[in-house]
Amino acid sequence: MTAATMSLPATHCPTMTALHLIVRIAGQQVALPAGPVDSVIRIDTISPVPCVPSHIAGLVALRSRVLTIVDCLDSLGLGRSLRTGVQCAVAVTIDGHRYGLLVDAVLDVVTIAEAPRPVDLALSPGWARAACGLVEHDGAALLLLDPAALVAGPAAA
Amino acid sequence: MDDLLQDFIAETREMLEAIAGEIVAWEADPSDRARLDGIFRFVHTVKGSCGFLDLPRLARLSHAAEDVLGELRAGERIADTRLVNAVLGVVDRIGALAEAIGAGTSLPDAEDHRLIAALHAPPAAAPDTPPEFPPEPQARAVARTVRLPIDLLDRMMGSVSDMVLARNELARRLREADAGTPLETAFERLSTCVAEMRDAITRTRMQRIDSVLSTLPRLVRDVAGETGKLVSLALEGGDVELDREMIEMIRDPLIHVLRNAIDHGIEPPEERRRLGKPATGRVRVEARQAGNHILILIYDDGRGIDGDRVAAKAVASGIITAAQAGTLDRRRKMELIFAPGLSTAETVTTLSGRGVGMDVVRANVERIGGQVEVDSRPGRGSRMTLRVPLTLSIIPALTLGAGDCHFAMPRAAIEEIVGTAGDRVRIETLGGSETATIRGRRLPLVRLGALMGLGEAEGAPGDAAGVPPILMLLRPAGGSVFALGVDAVYDHEELVVKPAAPAMMACGLYAGTALPDNGQPMLLLDPGGIARAAGVPLLPGDPEAAPDDVPVETVPALLFRDTDGTARGVRLAVVERVIEAPAAALVLRAGMMRLIHGGALLPLLACRPLDTPCATTVLLLTDGVTPFGYAIASPGDIREIDAAMMPAPSPGPVAGVVLVEGEAVELLDPFWLFAEAARAVPVPAGAVVALALRADQTDPWTREVLRPLIETAGYDVRFVAAGEPADLVIACEGAEPAVAAPSGCPAPVLRLRSGIDPDDDPESIWRYDREALLGAVRRRIGGGRA
Repeated sequence: MTAATMSLPATHCPTMTALHLIVRIAGQQVALPAGPVDSVIRIDTISPVPCVPSHIAGLVALRSRVLTIVDCLDSLGLGRSLRTGVQCAVAVTIDGHRYGLLVDAVLDVVTIAEAPRPVDLALSPGWARAACGLVEHDGAALLLLDPAALVAGPAAA
Repeated sequence: MDDLLQDFIAETREMLEAIAGEIVAWEADPSDRARLDGIFRFVHTVKGSCGFLDLPRLARLSHAAEDVLGELRAGERIADTRLVNAVLGVVDRIGALAEAIGAGTSLPDAEDHRLIAALHAPPAAAPDTPPEFPPEPQARAVARTVRLPIDLLDRMMGSVSDMVLARNELARRLREADAGTPLETAFERLSTCVAEMRDAITRTRMQRIDSVLSTLPRLVRDVAGETGKLVSLALEGGDVELDREMIEMIRDPLIHVLRNAIDHGIEPPEERRRLGKPATGRVRVEARQAGNHILILIYDDGRGIDGDRVAAKAVASGIITAAQAGTLDRRRKMELIFAPGLSTAETVTTLSGRGVGMDVVRANVERIGGQVEVDSRPGRGSRMTLRVPLTLSIIPALTLGAGDCHFAMPRAAIEEIVGTAGDRVRIETLGGSETATIRGRRLPLVRLGALMGLGEAEGAPGDAAGVPPILMLLRPAGGSVFALGVDAVYDHEELVVKPAAPAMMACGLYAGTALPDNGQPMLLLDPGGIARAAGVPLLPGDPEAAPDDVPVETVPALLFRDTDGTARGVRLAVVERVIEAPAAALVLRAGMMRLIHGGALLPLLACRPLDTPCATTVLLLTDGVTPFGYAIASPGDIREIDAAMMPAPSPGPVAGVVLVEGEAVELLDPFWLFAEAARAVPVPAGAVVALALRADQTDPWTREVLRPLIETAGYDVRFVAAGEPADLVIACEGAEPAVAAPSGCPAPVLRLRSGIDPDDDPESIWRYDREALLGAVRRRIGGGRA
């Protein structure tokens, strides 16, 4: 079963809010805009779904709602997550559908006031597809990922 | 302020929907004061709201319209076509502006001035007719309702679904922990409350279909105007209730079918006159509930659909081959209008809004678990039937397994489930594709596991070729039946279905996600999508699959839950309809319960005697002559059942037992029931035996007591005079025996006596011995009934 571990202020403002989630994906710290994020959840059993793009890991139930689980590793073209055992996911709502983004860990919720800078690095194709900017946090530069791009996966490129 | 504006837009939209019908009625009869008042109220309300919301343009429009309507009400102006059009234009404009405000866009205001100018244009030379006496405007019932945002209802529904899941989890824990009785009793109570609440909230989502139907008169008027046709529209069944989400989903298909009926069905007035039809075409939209479904029927009396022409067009467009077309029957040819690609040029170019092809209509209706059927008689008209489930969110489904995955399949698409153990099913490979032959019926076979690239479940029974253990015979809406091989079928559940994420819907195999009671999310399969993905031919179908050739005889039967809780069924052919009878319609008269229906008094039977009138569901059964009611608890599905059943050991209301999807269903015996009902109704005309009776007509007892008794027994009594031929002579005590046997026509004689003891005439019958008397009549004459 699943359990919500942390709730975030729900905001559906289309513009970027200053609030960001710092998560670890594929061993890297990245930032996610908190706008579309509903909560951070722990999931254990993913019901697999055949005949769908490989980055769709399957379905889980969050209370009476069904979440589509997105394997971020796969979406970034970096292989496949383990998809079994207890895992951490960020629940987001995109276009009215609810998804869970599989991440290694959720590290922090921070306010980043500065607007993101354009990405001026040579990224691998997967990262380049998902990244929408660079933000500064604690003196380090973090890639800002677009949750919608993670959900869309490689096929959308 | 924003909230007020939103409320204003919602209210305006609602009012527009409500008065759409009135506008058309008013146009047809501009002197109709009640309609005029309705429209006046609308613009007046809009004007009032605009004042404090500071919407100057809307205020200007509504003010101008109000002025003109006020003049009309006062009789200072006469409504002519131009004026009516101008008012309609303003009403439309108000709707468009309100929508634009809601969407945050703006419309150019030149149009406003033109419309206002049109209102004030001098009236066309109209005959100076005296104003008619205005009918009393009908008082509107005050609705005791509140307006709620749909979000809130959805959230309530979500919470209740959470509650149901939590309850199920708790139930499981309680079972495991083997809790004591007090705890179980408390849980039962909670459980009942949750179920009641779920029902209540489901009902809050219901809306009268009227909200769609009331917009149709305006649509019909506009389409008829565009196409230059005369059309009258009749609406029926507006009080049928439907999930509000469903109402939104059927709106477009319904509108499209209706447009098609007018555009392609109804002929232009001159052509209709030439054909001897009334110049005004008739279109009827009827909604009614049938079990778990709502039927929306759209009739028109236009030119109908010529199956051969449709088939020729389909051949020309390469949808089917000429050879295939030759094998199709009338109905299948007509169904080709739903084939993708068989659209007219007009429908291909206008992609958005209403201009969709019939294939899109069918796809949309199927997506919500519905079906579209077409029937037509060339030259006489056609009928489209949209059959949609009552609610979008709860779908009865079977859960099934293929490989390691679980799926759900909508019950509506499942025709039958067949186990492949034994030799009832033969699986063959023909030219690379598999077929399953079941009871002589050859069907395309699709293996779900292979289609989805899943491994067969371990330990699944099956031979070396991997015969799937269970075949599900599916009939995708409008398509032909195919067999789906699955590994297991688990359970029947009512599933709350939500749309799946686009990435999953894109593969075309799924219809949505669902969360069954065990809390493991699963996907609802789309039978039509599976057929497409597997390349099963959807339309032509092999002739062997035609139901006429099926060697096993099946009959359609209506399944229901009887008042004693038993699952029963009755052959569909004898069911006239299913009605909800209020307690007031049930009366206990003349020794049995009777039902007042349609102005007639019908016998009401039930599996156990009814002694107190209470509201109930009633099956109206008829053999064509004798209608009667049969009280039941709730109606179920219509199923094809095996005509061969296990008969009951003795005659009674139940004829026998059949197995329907693993459940033993008792089948009512129509013969016995009709016999039972026929006892309680006057003998219908056809069954009467004419009886010429010679008896002493002057005797009041003969006339008023004997005659009705014999008539009740099924004879049509006619008294004849002494010389005429008679079928029966009844001689009462003291009558002249000479009348008994006139020469030339010997009629049987029945002698009655008034004393109970046979004193002097042992062959006479005591006149109050009903059995003996009627028995004697029957023996001598024949006919009648017990």
